[in-house]
Amino acid sequence: MSTNGKRSFKLMIVDDSNIMRRRIERSQQFEELQLVGSAANGVDALELFKKTDPDVVTMDLTMPRMDGIECIGRLVALKPAIRILVISALADKATAVEAMEKGANGFLNKPFTDRQLNEAFAELMR
Amino acid sequence: MLYEQELKTFVDGTTNFFEVAAQQPASIGSPYLMEGSPAVHEYTGVINISGKREGVVYFTAPKAMLTVLLMKMQENDFSHETMRDLVGEVANTISGNARRDFGRDFVISVPSVLTGEKPDVPQRPGLRSFIIPINWRSHSAKLVVSLT
Repeated sequence: MSTNGKRSFKLMIVDDSNIMRRRIERSQQFEELQLVGSAANGVDALELFKKTDPDVVTMDLTMPRMDGIECIGRLVALKPAIRILVISALADKATAVEAMEKGANGFLNKPFTDRQLNEAFAELMR
Repeated sequence: MLYEQELKTFVDGTTNFFEVAAQQPASIGSPYLMEGSPAVHEYTGVINISGKREGVVYFTAPKAMLTVLLMKMQENDFSHETMRDLVGEVANTISGNARRDFGRDFVISVPSVLTGEKPDVPQRPGLRSFIIPINWRSHSAKLVVSLT
C-alpha cells in the first residue's frame, strides 16, 4: 500500500525504443505506478522481472532477441497475476487477439495520445 | 505490385502519425513512382517486409525536421542516437499500422537505421518504389514503399 491508502503497482516498461520508454514514463499520471525499470527486448525484460517483480508491464511486440508475444507468455507463466498492457504499432486484430490469449490485459496502438495512454493504464489497474 | 488503395494505407498511416504523435498535421502529397537511385535525407529508418508481401518501407528525414518532431514529442534528448531511434520508430509505426489493412501475414522487421545522404538503401531489382512526400512545418521528408 502507498502512504495515501491507494494500492501501489510496480511498473516495468518494455520497448526497444528509448524515445517510447521515456514517453510512457513521462506521460503516465498515476502516483500509484512506480517505475522499477525498463527493458529493450524480451530477454532483458525477463532478467529485469526476476530482479524487480513488477505488477504492471507495458509491452512492445516487435523487438529484437525476444518479441513481445513470447515475453508475455513467459511473464504470465512466472506471475499469473501480472497485468500487461501491450503498446504496439501492430494494428491487425489477429495480433491483438493473440496477445490477449497469451495473457495480456490491454492493447494500445501506437501512435497514442497521453489521454489514451492514461485511460489504458486506468483500465488496467481497475 | 502495389495498388492505389494499398498506397492509401501508407498515406493514411503517415497522416495519422503526425496528427497524433506530433500533434500537428502534415501535408501528405500524392505518391509518385521513384526513378533512379533513392533520394534520402540524413536519417533513414528501414523496415523489411516479409510474409505474403516482400519488400521494404522506409522513412527518411533531415535532422532539422527530426529535432522539431522530438520537441513536439516533449523529448529533450537530441543526440545522434535519439535521431536514429526516432526514424526507426516512425518507420515501425507506419508499417505496423498498415497491418490493419494488410493483415498479420504482412510481417515487419525491427527497424534498421541508415545515416548520411548516400546510404545503401536496400532495393529489390525490378520492384517499383513509390515515394510519399511529407511536408511538415517548413520541412520535407519521404516515406518510400516498395512491395511485391
